[in-house]
Amino acid sequence: MDVAIIGLGIHPFGRTPGKSGREQGVHAARAALKDASMAWSDLEFAYGGSAAAGAADAMVKDMGLTGLQFVNVSNGCATGGSALQSAYMAIQSGMFDVGMAIGFDKHERGAFRVDPKGGGLGKWYGDVGMALTPQFFGMKIQRYMHDYGISEDALNLVAVKNYANGTKNPNAWRQQVIPYDEVANSMMVCHPLRKFHFCSPAEGGCAMILCRADKAKQFTDKKPVFLKAVSVKTRLFGSFEVFSQSQALDRADAPTVQASKAAFEQAGIGPEDIDVAQLQDTESGAEIMHMAENGFCQHGEQEKWLREGQTSIDGKLPVNTDGGCMANGEPIGASGLRQVHEIAIQLRGEGGARQVPNSPKAGYTHVYGAPGLSGVCILSN
Amino acid sequence: MAEQTSTPNYGYENTVPIAEGLFTWPSNDPRLLGSQCQDCGVVTFPVQSGCPACSSTNVETIELEREGTLWTWTIQGFYPQRPPYDGPETPENFKPFGVGYIELPGQVRVQSRIKTEDVSKLRIGMSMKLLVEQYIERDGKQVMSYFFQPSDEL
Repeated sequence: MDVAIIGLGIHPFGRTPGKSGREQGVHAARAALKDASMAWSDLEFAYGGSAAAGAADAMVKDMGLTGLQFVNVSNGCATGGSALQSAYMAIQSGMFDVGMAIGFDKHERGAFRVDPKGGGLGKWYGDVGMALTPQFFGMKIQRYMHDYGISEDALNLVAVKNYANGTKNPNAWRQQVIPYDEVANSMMVCHPLRKFHFCSPAEGGCAMILCRADKAKQFTDKKPVFLKAVSVKTRLFGSFEVFSQSQALDRADAPTVQASKAAFEQAGIGPEDIDVAQLQDTESGAEIMHMAENGFCQHGEQEKWLREGQTSIDGKLPVNTDGGCMANGEPIGASGLRQVHEIAIQLRGEGGARQVPNSPKAGYTHVYGAPGLSGVCILSN
Repeated sequence: MAEQTSTPNYGYENTVPIAEGLFTWPSNDPRLLGSQCQDCGVVTFPVQSGCPACSSTNVETIELEREGTLWTWTIQGFYPQRPPYDGPETPENFKPFGVGYIELPGQVRVQSRIKTEDVSKLRIGMSMKLLVEQYIERDGKQVMSYFFQPSDEL
Protein backbone atom coordinates (compact mmCIF):
# COMPACT_ATOMS: atom_id res chain seq x y z
CA MET A 1 0.00 0.00 0.00
CA ASP A 2 1.42 3.39 -0.96
CA VAL A 3 1.63 6.15 1.60
CA ALA A 4 1.15 9.75 0.55
CA ILE A 5 2.33 13.01 2.10
CA ILE A 6 -0.52 15.48 1.75
CA GLY A 7 0.44 18.32 4.10
CA LEU A 8 3.71 20.10 4.86
CA GLY A 9 4.47 22.57 7.62
CA ILE A 10 7.63 24.14 8.96
CA HIS A 11 8.63 26.72 11.55
CA PRO A 12 11.72 28.64 10.41
CA PHE A 13 14.91 27.08 11.73
CA GLY A 14 17.55 28.98 13.68
CA ARG A 15 17.00 30.91 16.89
CA THR A 16 13.61 32.20 17.93
CA PRO A 17 14.01 33.86 21.34
CA GLY A 18 10.90 33.79 23.49
CA LYS A 19 9.30 30.90 21.62
CA SER A 20 9.53 27.42 23.10
CA GLY A 21 10.34 24.35 21.05
CA ARG A 22 6.79 23.12 21.55
CA GLU A 23 5.33 26.39 20.25
CA GLN A 24 7.50 26.04 17.14
CA GLY A 25 6.15 22.50 16.74
CA VAL A 26 2.57 23.74 17.08
CA HIS A 27 3.28 26.38 14.42
CA ALA A 28 4.54 23.63 12.07
CA ALA A 29 1.58 21.34 12.83
CA ARG A 30 -0.95 24.11 12.08
CA ALA A 31 0.91 24.99 8.88
CA ALA A 32 0.79 21.33 7.73
CA LEU A 33 -2.97 21.16 8.41
CA LYS A 34 -3.53 24.41 6.53
CA ASP A 35 -1.46 23.12 3.62
CA ALA A 36 -3.71 20.06 3.39
CA SER A 37 -6.90 22.03 4.19
CA MET A 38 -7.54 19.67 7.07
CA ALA A 39 -8.41 19.97 10.76
CA TRP A 40 -6.50 18.54 13.73
CA SER A 41 -9.61 16.51 14.56
CA ASP A 42 -9.28 14.71 11.19
CA LEU A 43 -6.08 13.01 12.36
CA GLU A 44 -6.17 9.51 13.83
CA PHE A 45 -2.61 9.40 15.15
CA ALA A 46 0.64 11.30 15.54
CA TYR A 47 4.26 10.31 16.08
CA GLY A 48 6.40 13.12 17.42
CA GLY A 49 9.80 13.74 18.89
CA SER A 50 11.99 16.32 20.56
CA ALA A 51 15.39 15.76 22.16
CA ALA A 52 15.73 18.89 24.28
CA ALA A 53 12.33 20.61 24.26
CA GLY A 54 10.19 18.26 26.31
CA ALA A 55 7.69 15.58 25.37
CA ALA A 56 6.25 16.08 21.91
CA ASP A 57 2.77 14.99 22.96
CA ALA A 58 2.53 18.03 25.26
CA MET A 59 1.44 19.88 22.13
CA VAL A 60 -2.03 18.30 22.18
CA LYS A 61 -3.11 20.85 24.76
CA ASP A 62 -2.43 23.55 22.18
CA MET A 63 -3.74 21.62 19.18
CA GLY A 64 -6.86 20.21 20.82
CA LEU A 65 -7.68 17.20 22.97
CA THR A 66 -9.21 14.96 20.35
CA GLY A 67 -8.21 11.60 21.79
CA LEU A 68 -5.87 10.72 18.94
CA GLN A 69 -3.09 8.16 19.47
CA PHE A 70 0.08 10.20 20.08
CA VAL A 71 3.37 8.34 20.51
CA ASN A 72 6.57 10.12 21.55
CA VAL A 73 9.64 9.08 19.57
CA SER A 74 13.20 9.37 20.85
CA ASN A 75 15.90 8.01 18.56
CA GLY A 76 18.92 10.27 18.64
CA CYS A 77 19.58 12.21 15.45
CA ALA A 78 17.13 9.97 13.60
CA THR A 79 14.23 11.07 15.82
CA GLY A 80 12.45 12.87 12.98
CA GLY A 81 13.17 10.06 10.54
CA SER A 82 11.90 7.51 13.04
CA ALA A 83 8.68 9.49 13.65
CA LEU A 84 8.12 9.43 9.89
CA GLN A 85 8.90 5.74 9.65
CA SER A 86 6.50 4.98 12.49
CA ALA A 87 3.74 6.94 10.75
CA TYR A 88 4.51 5.14 7.52
CA MET A 89 4.23 1.73 9.21
CA ALA A 90 1.05 2.71 11.03
CA ILE A 91 -0.62 3.42 7.69
CA GLN A 92 0.96 0.50 5.85
CA SER A 93 -0.27 -1.88 8.53
CA GLY A 94 -3.82 -0.89 7.63
CA MET A 95 -4.59 0.23 11.15
CA PHE A 96 -4.90 3.94 10.37
CA ASP A 97 -5.74 6.03 7.30
CA VAL A 98 -4.29 9.42 8.23
CA GLY A 99 -1.94 10.93 10.78
CA MET A 100 0.96 13.25 11.44
CA ALA A 101 4.72 12.97 11.87
CA ILE A 102 6.11 15.92 13.78
CA GLY A 103 9.35 17.03 15.38
CA PHE A 104 10.62 20.16 17.07
CA ASP A 105 13.53 21.20 19.24
CA LYS A 106 15.34 23.99 21.00
CA HIS A 107 18.99 23.38 21.93
CA GLU A 108 21.34 25.51 23.99
CA ARG A 109 24.21 27.23 22.17
CA GLY A 110 27.48 25.41 21.55
CA ALA A 111 28.23 21.76 20.85
CA PHE A 112 25.72 19.16 22.04
CA ARG A 113 26.29 18.45 25.74
CA VAL A 114 26.78 14.74 26.24
CA ASP A 115 26.07 12.60 29.32
CA PRO A 116 28.79 9.92 29.09
CA LYS A 117 27.43 7.95 32.03
CA GLY A 118 23.91 7.81 30.55
CA GLY A 119 25.42 6.68 27.24
CA GLY A 120 27.09 3.70 28.90
CA LEU A 121 30.58 5.18 28.45
CA GLY A 122 31.68 5.80 32.03
CA LYS A 123 32.22 9.18 33.69
CA TRP A 124 35.98 9.06 32.93
CA TYR A 125 35.28 9.37 29.20
CA GLY A 126 33.78 12.81 29.70
CA ASP A 127 36.42 13.77 32.30
CA VAL A 128 39.28 13.32 29.84
CA GLY A 129 37.57 15.29 27.06
CA MET A 130 36.58 12.61 24.56
CA ALA A 131 32.77 12.88 24.86
CA LEU A 132 32.56 15.43 22.05
CA THR A 133 30.78 14.68 18.79
CA PRO A 134 32.94 17.06 16.66
CA GLN A 135 36.00 14.91 17.45
CA PHE A 136 34.35 11.88 15.89
CA PHE A 137 33.51 13.78 12.71
CA GLY A 138 37.08 15.07 12.53
CA MET A 139 38.57 11.60 13.02
CA LYS A 140 36.25 9.88 10.55
CA ILE A 141 36.87 12.30 7.69
CA GLN A 142 40.60 12.47 8.53
CA ARG A 143 40.88 8.74 7.82
CA TYR A 144 38.55 8.94 4.83
CA MET A 145 40.60 11.73 3.20
CA HIS A 146 43.74 9.66 3.79
CA ASP A 147 42.17 6.52 2.28
CA TYR A 148 40.58 8.17 -0.77
CA GLY A 149 42.86 11.12 -1.52
CA ILE A 150 40.35 13.86 -0.79
CA SER A 151 41.65 17.35 0.01
CA GLU A 152 40.43 20.23 2.14
CA ASP A 153 39.17 21.84 -1.06
CA ALA A 154 36.27 19.38 -1.06
CA LEU A 155 35.37 20.29 2.53
CA ASN A 156 35.27 23.97 1.62
CA LEU A 157 33.24 23.46 -1.55
CA VAL A 158 30.47 21.61 0.33
CA ALA A 159 30.16 24.43 2.86
CA VAL A 160 30.13 27.18 0.22
CA LYS A 161 27.40 25.33 -1.71
CA ASN A 162 25.18 24.72 1.30
CA TYR A 163 25.36 28.29 2.61
CA ALA A 164 24.63 29.56 -0.92
CA ASN A 165 21.56 27.30 -1.10
CA GLY A 166 20.45 28.62 2.30
CA THR A 167 20.21 32.14 0.88
CA LYS A 168 17.43 30.86 -1.39
CA ASN A 169 15.43 29.32 1.45
CA PRO A 170 13.28 31.74 3.47
CA ASN A 171 13.04 29.19 6.32
CA ALA A 172 16.83 28.76 6.68
CA TRP A 173 18.75 30.04 9.68
CA ARG A 174 21.82 31.28 7.82
CA GLN A 175 20.81 33.16 4.70
CA GLN A 176 24.19 34.57 3.89
CA VAL A 177 26.76 33.57 1.31
CA ILE A 178 30.02 32.58 3.00
CA PRO A 179 32.87 33.03 0.52
CA TYR A 180 35.35 30.22 -0.05
CA ASP A 181 38.27 32.00 1.65
CA GLU A 182 36.21 32.72 4.74
CA VAL A 183 35.30 29.03 5.03
CA ALA A 184 38.88 27.91 4.36
CA ASN A 185 40.34 30.29 6.95
CA SER A 186 37.73 29.90 9.67
CA MET A 187 38.78 28.61 13.09
CA MET A 188 39.98 25.01 13.23
CA VAL A 189 37.45 23.18 15.44
CA CYS A 190 38.48 19.53 15.18
CA HIS A 191 41.16 19.04 12.54
CA PRO A 192 40.59 18.94 9.55
CA LEU A 193 37.16 20.48 10.18
CA ARG A 194 36.75 24.22 10.64
CA LYS A 195 33.99 26.37 12.08
CA PHE A 196 32.16 26.90 8.77
CA HIS A 197 32.34 23.19 7.90
CA PHE A 198 30.03 22.41 10.83
CA CYS A 199 26.32 22.79 11.41
CA SER A 200 25.22 23.96 14.85
CA PRO A 201 22.51 22.77 17.21
CA ALA A 202 19.52 25.08 16.70
CA GLU A 203 15.74 25.40 16.95
CA GLY A 204 12.82 24.71 14.69
CA GLY A 205 9.79 22.57 13.99
CA CYS A 206 8.56 20.49 11.08
CA ALA A 207 5.37 18.51 10.51
CA MET A 208 3.78 16.48 7.77
CA ILE A 209 0.47 14.75 7.23
CA LEU A 210 0.51 11.25 5.82
CA CYS A 211 -2.35 9.14 4.56
CA ARG A 212 -3.19 6.01 2.57
CA ALA A 213 -2.41 6.98 -1.01
CA ASP A 214 -5.66 5.49 -2.30
CA LYS A 215 -7.65 7.73 0.05
CA ALA A 216 -5.65 10.93 -0.49
CA LYS A 217 -8.42 12.51 -2.59
CA GLN A 218 -10.91 12.04 0.25
CA PHE A 219 -8.80 14.16 2.56
CA THR A 220 -7.44 16.94 0.38
CA ASP A 221 -7.23 18.47 -3.08
CA LYS A 222 -3.47 18.81 -2.62
CA LYS A 223 -1.35 16.91 -5.11
CA PRO A 224 0.23 14.14 -3.03
CA VAL A 225 3.87 13.14 -2.91
CA PHE A 226 4.42 9.42 -2.37
CA LEU A 227 6.72 7.78 0.14
CA LYS A 228 8.11 4.85 -1.82
CA ALA A 229 10.48 3.55 0.85
CA VAL A 230 11.51 4.22 4.43
CA SER A 231 14.35 2.44 6.19
CA VAL A 232 16.08 2.95 9.55
CA LYS A 233 19.18 0.91 10.43
CA THR A 234 21.62 0.85 13.34
CA ARG A 235 25.32 0.09 13.40
CA LEU A 236 26.90 -3.27 12.78
CA PHE A 237 29.94 -4.59 14.60
CA GLY A 238 32.96 -3.01 12.93
CA SER A 239 31.45 0.23 11.68
CA PHE A 240 33.19 3.42 12.84
CA GLU A 241 30.75 5.33 14.99
CA VAL A 242 30.62 8.24 17.37
CA PHE A 243 31.70 7.50 20.96
CA SER A 244 33.36 4.18 20.15
CA GLN A 245 35.95 3.66 22.86
CA SER A 246 37.42 0.97 20.67
CA GLN A 247 36.98 -0.15 17.09
CA ALA A 248 37.33 -3.52 15.45
CA LEU A 249 40.33 -4.05 13.18
CA ASP A 250 38.02 -5.04 10.32
CA ARG A 251 35.64 -2.35 9.08
CA ALA A 252 31.99 -3.11 8.40
CA ASP A 253 29.64 -1.07 6.22
CA ALA A 254 28.18 2.03 7.85
CA PRO A 255 24.48 1.96 8.84
CA THR A 256 23.90 4.40 5.97
CA VAL A 257 24.98 1.77 3.45
CA GLN A 258 22.50 -0.72 4.88
CA ALA A 259 19.63 1.77 5.11
CA SER A 260 20.28 2.97 1.58
CA LYS A 261 20.37 -0.52 0.08
CA ALA A 262 17.18 -1.52 1.89
CA ALA A 263 15.38 1.62 0.74
CA PHE A 264 16.39 1.24 -2.91
CA GLU A 265 15.25 -2.37 -2.78
CA GLN A 266 11.86 -1.38 -1.33
CA ALA A 267 11.38 1.35 -3.92
CA GLY A 268 12.54 -0.82 -6.81
CA ILE A 269 14.77 1.92 -8.21
CA GLY A 270 18.48 2.75 -8.03
CA PRO A 271 20.67 5.77 -7.22
CA GLU A 272 20.77 6.74 -10.91
CA ASP A 273 17.00 7.35 -10.80
CA ILE A 274 17.19 10.00 -8.08
CA ASP A 275 16.77 13.62 -9.23
CA VAL A 276 17.32 15.48 -5.93
CA ALA A 277 18.72 14.43 -2.56
CA GLN A 278 19.10 15.55 1.03
CA LEU A 279 22.17 14.00 2.65
CA GLN A 280 23.08 14.46 6.30
CA ASP A 281 25.63 17.27 6.43
CA THR A 282 26.44 17.53 10.11
CA GLU A 283 29.66 18.84 8.67
CA SER A 284 31.25 18.97 5.21
CA GLY A 285 32.98 15.62 5.63
CA ALA A 286 29.69 13.89 6.41
CA GLU A 287 28.10 15.07 3.16
CA ILE A 288 31.15 13.89 1.22
CA MET A 289 31.15 10.41 2.78
CA HIS A 290 27.37 10.13 2.49
CA MET A 291 27.46 10.80 -1.27
CA ALA A 292 29.29 7.49 -1.65
CA GLU A 293 27.73 5.56 1.25
CA ASN A 294 24.30 6.17 -0.29
CA GLY A 295 25.50 4.83 -3.61
CA PHE A 296 25.46 8.04 -5.65
CA CYS A 297 29.17 7.95 -6.54
CA GLN A 298 32.28 5.91 -5.89
CA HIS A 299 34.44 6.54 -2.83
CA GLY A 300 37.02 9.13 -3.86
CA GLU A 301 34.96 10.59 -6.73
CA GLN A 302 33.39 13.28 -4.56
CA GLU A 303 35.98 16.01 -5.03
CA LYS A 304 35.63 15.83 -8.80
CA TRP A 305 31.83 15.99 -8.47
CA LEU A 306 32.08 19.03 -6.21
CA ARG A 307 34.50 20.87 -8.50
CA GLU A 308 32.17 20.22 -11.43
CA GLY A 309 29.19 21.46 -9.44
CA GLN A 310 27.35 18.14 -9.82
CA THR A 311 25.66 18.54 -6.42
CA SER A 312 24.65 22.17 -6.98
CA ILE A 313 21.01 23.06 -7.70
CA ASP A 314 21.60 22.88 -11.46
CA GLY A 315 23.92 19.85 -11.28
CA LYS A 316 23.41 16.16 -12.03
CA LEU A 317 22.35 15.39 -8.46
CA PRO A 318 21.44 18.50 -6.44
CA VAL A 319 22.21 17.85 -2.76
CA ASN A 320 20.83 19.81 0.19
CA THR A 321 18.95 22.34 -1.90
CA ASP A 322 17.51 24.01 1.22
CA GLY A 323 21.00 24.59 2.65
CA GLY A 324 21.06 21.36 4.63
CA CYS A 325 21.98 21.21 8.30
CA MET A 326 24.74 23.73 7.70
CA ALA A 327 22.43 26.57 6.73
CA ASN A 328 19.47 25.40 8.83
CA GLY A 329 21.15 24.19 12.03
CA GLU A 330 20.17 20.96 13.66
CA PRO A 331 17.18 20.86 15.98
CA ILE A 332 17.35 17.11 16.47
CA GLY A 333 13.62 16.34 16.63
CA ALA A 334 12.85 18.33 13.48
CA SER A 335 15.97 17.91 11.35
CA GLY A 336 15.15 14.60 9.65
CA LEU A 337 11.65 15.84 8.84
CA ARG A 338 13.05 19.06 7.34
CA GLN A 339 14.93 16.91 4.85
CA VAL A 340 11.75 15.15 3.75
CA HIS A 341 9.87 18.47 3.72
CA GLU A 342 12.40 19.90 1.25
CA ILE A 343 12.21 16.91 -1.09
CA ALA A 344 8.41 17.05 -1.06
CA ILE A 345 8.58 20.78 -1.88
CA GLN A 346 10.96 20.04 -4.78
CA LEU A 347 8.73 17.25 -6.13
CA ARG A 348 5.74 19.58 -5.98
CA GLY A 349 7.76 22.16 -7.93
CA GLU A 350 7.36 24.73 -5.13
CA GLY A 351 11.06 25.32 -4.51
CA GLY A 352 11.01 28.93 -5.75
CA ALA A 353 14.54 30.35 -6.15
CA ARG A 354 16.04 26.98 -5.21
CA GLN A 355 13.76 24.81 -7.39
CA VAL A 356 15.65 22.05 -9.16
CA PRO A 357 15.07 22.38 -12.94
CA ASN A 358 13.38 19.82 -15.23
CA SER A 359 10.56 18.75 -12.87
CA PRO A 360 12.25 16.20 -10.58
CA LYS A 361 10.35 12.89 -10.31
CA ALA A 362 12.18 11.04 -7.55
CA GLY A 363 13.89 12.33 -4.40
CA TYR A 364 15.95 10.91 -1.58
CA THR A 365 16.55 11.80 2.06
CA HIS A 366 19.22 10.53 4.41
CA VAL A 367 19.76 11.25 8.10
CA TYR A 368 22.68 9.95 10.13
CA GLY A 369 23.65 10.42 13.73
CA ALA A 370 24.48 9.26 17.22
CA PRO A 371 24.84 6.57 18.36
CA GLY A 372 25.32 5.13 14.87
CA LEU A 373 22.03 5.02 13.04
CA SER A 374 20.70 6.09 9.73
CA GLY A 375 17.31 6.71 8.15
CA VAL A 376 16.61 6.84 4.43
CA CYS A 377 13.42 7.78 2.53
CA ILE A 378 12.67 7.65 -1.16
CA LEU A 379 9.89 9.85 -2.48
CA SER A 380 8.22 10.30 -5.86
CA ASN A 381 5.48 12.41 -7.33
CA MET B 1 41.09 -10.98 35.78
CA ALA B 2 44.42 -10.79 34.00
CA GLU B 3 47.60 -11.23 35.98
CA GLN B 4 48.95 -7.90 37.07
CA THR B 5 52.62 -7.14 36.88
CA SER B 6 53.80 -7.61 40.42
CA THR B 7 54.70 -4.18 41.73
CA PRO B 8 55.02 -2.97 45.30
CA ASN B 9 52.54 -0.21 46.12
CA TYR B 10 55.38 1.93 47.43
CA GLY B 11 55.21 5.38 45.90
CA TYR B 12 51.66 5.00 44.60
CA GLU B 13 49.75 5.71 47.84
CA ASN B 14 48.66 9.13 46.70
CA THR B 15 47.42 8.05 43.27
CA VAL B 16 44.07 6.79 42.04
CA PRO B 17 43.14 5.60 38.53
CA ILE B 18 40.57 7.74 36.71
CA ALA B 19 38.36 4.64 36.55
CA GLU B 20 38.73 1.20 38.10
CA GLY B 21 39.51 -1.58 35.67
CA LEU B 22 40.56 0.69 32.79
CA PHE B 23 44.27 -0.14 33.14
CA THR B 24 46.47 -2.08 35.55
CA TRP B 25 47.25 0.14 38.51
CA PRO B 26 49.38 0.53 40.53
CA SER B 27 52.10 -0.69 38.22
CA ASN B 28 55.53 0.30 36.91
CA ASP B 29 54.47 -1.04 33.52
CA PRO B 30 50.75 -0.30 33.29
CA ARG B 31 48.64 -1.85 30.53
CA LEU B 32 45.17 -1.06 29.25
CA LEU B 33 42.66 -3.80 30.05
CA GLY B 34 40.31 -5.19 27.44
CA SER B 35 38.02 -8.14 26.90
CA GLN B 36 38.72 -10.96 24.51
CA CYS B 37 35.93 -13.21 23.32
CA GLN B 38 36.90 -16.83 23.89
CA ASP B 39 34.56 -17.94 21.09
CA CYS B 40 35.41 -15.58 18.19
CA GLY B 41 38.59 -13.87 19.40
CA VAL B 42 37.35 -10.28 19.09
CA VAL B 43 38.99 -7.81 21.48
CA THR B 44 37.25 -4.74 22.94
CA PHE B 45 38.32 -1.84 25.11
CA PRO B 46 37.42 -1.21 27.87
CA VAL B 47 36.36 -4.46 29.54
CA GLN B 48 32.76 -5.45 28.83
CA SER B 49 30.58 -8.38 29.82
CA GLY B 50 29.72 -9.69 26.35
CA CYS B 51 31.15 -9.83 22.85
CA PRO B 52 29.82 -7.11 20.50
CA ALA B 53 30.57 -9.28 17.46
CA CYS B 54 28.98 -12.65 18.38
CA SER B 55 27.01 -11.85 21.59
CA SER B 56 28.92 -14.53 23.53
CA THR B 57 29.33 -13.96 27.26
CA ASN B 58 32.44 -16.13 27.29
CA VAL B 59 34.88 -13.20 27.49
CA GLU B 60 38.10 -12.85 29.43
CA THR B 61 39.94 -9.76 30.60
CA ILE B 62 43.33 -9.35 28.92
CA GLU B 63 46.17 -6.83 29.01
CA LEU B 64 46.45 -4.91 25.75
CA GLU B 65 49.61 -4.15 23.78
CA ARG B 66 51.54 -1.04 24.82
CA GLU B 67 52.59 -0.01 21.36
CA GLY B 68 50.70 0.61 18.16
CA THR B 69 50.19 2.99 15.26
CA LEU B 70 47.99 6.04 14.88
CA TRP B 71 44.98 5.02 12.76
CA THR B 72 43.23 8.39 12.73
CA TRP B 73 43.36 11.57 14.79
CA THR B 74 41.97 15.03 15.36
CA ILE B 75 42.80 18.05 17.47
CA GLN B 76 40.26 19.27 20.01
CA GLY B 77 40.43 22.96 19.16
CA PHE B 78 38.01 24.50 21.66
CA TYR B 79 37.61 24.29 25.42
CA PRO B 80 35.13 21.46 26.10
CA GLN B 81 31.99 22.04 28.15
CA ARG B 82 32.21 21.38 31.91
CA PRO B 83 30.59 19.05 32.79
CA PRO B 84 31.28 16.53 31.43
CA TYR B 85 34.86 17.77 30.88
CA ASP B 86 37.08 17.72 33.96
CA GLY B 87 40.52 18.66 32.63
CA PRO B 88 43.26 20.55 34.47
CA GLU B 89 42.99 23.74 32.38
CA THR B 90 40.89 26.89 32.50
CA PRO B 91 39.37 28.45 29.36
CA GLU B 92 42.22 30.99 29.56
CA ASN B 93 45.15 28.57 29.53
CA PHE B 94 43.54 25.83 27.42
CA LYS B 95 45.71 24.44 24.63
CA PRO B 96 44.27 22.27 21.83
CA PHE B 97 44.95 18.57 22.46
CA GLY B 98 45.15 15.50 20.26
CA VAL B 99 42.70 12.58 20.27
CA GLY B 100 42.96 9.51 18.10
CA TYR B 101 42.58 5.80 17.59
CA ILE B 102 45.69 3.72 18.10
CA GLU B 103 45.77 0.38 16.34
CA LEU B 104 47.22 -2.27 18.64
CA PRO B 105 48.52 -5.05 16.39
CA GLY B 106 46.27 -8.08 16.21
CA GLN B 107 43.95 -6.72 18.91
CA VAL B 108 41.84 -3.60 18.54
CA ARG B 109 41.94 0.15 17.92
CA VAL B 110 41.60 2.13 21.13
CA GLN B 111 40.48 5.71 21.49
CA SER B 112 42.87 7.85 23.50
CA ARG B 113 44.05 11.31 24.33
CA ILE B 114 47.38 11.92 22.62
CA LYS B 115 50.20 13.50 24.55
CA THR B 116 52.58 15.35 22.28
CA GLU B 117 54.77 18.42 22.26
CA ASP B 118 53.46 19.45 18.87
CA VAL B 119 49.98 18.48 17.62
CA SER B 120 50.88 19.66 14.11
CA LYS B 121 53.18 16.63 13.77
CA LEU B 122 50.39 14.07 14.11
CA ARG B 123 50.20 11.75 11.11
CA ILE B 124 48.30 8.57 10.33
CA GLY B 125 50.63 5.59 10.72
CA MET B 126 53.04 7.08 13.27
CA SER B 127 54.22 4.83 16.12
CA MET B 128 52.63 5.43 19.48
CA LYS B 129 53.26 4.17 22.98
CA LEU B 130 51.04 3.93 26.07
CA LEU B 131 51.67 6.26 28.97
CA VAL B 132 49.88 6.45 32.31
CA GLU B 133 50.38 9.68 34.19
CA GLN B 134 48.67 12.24 36.37
CA TYR B 135 45.73 13.90 34.65
CA ILE B 136 44.29 16.08 37.41
CA GLU B 137 44.30 16.34 41.17
CA ARG B 138 41.11 15.53 43.02
CA ASP B 139 40.60 15.47 46.81
CA GLY B 140 44.35 15.68 47.35
CA LYS B 141 45.01 12.62 45.19
CA GLN B 142 46.72 12.39 41.82
CA VAL B 143 44.15 11.07 39.36
CA MET B 144 45.97 8.88 36.85
CA SER B 145 44.80 8.48 33.25
CA TYR B 146 46.11 6.88 30.08
CA PHE B 147 47.52 8.60 27.01
CA PHE B 148 49.38 7.55 23.91
CA GLN B 149 52.54 9.42 22.98
CA PRO B 150 54.50 9.43 19.70
CA SER B 151 57.27 6.85 20.19
CA ASP B 152 59.92 9.30 18.98
CA GLU B 153 59.08 11.67 21.84
CA LEU B 154 59.86 9.08 24.50
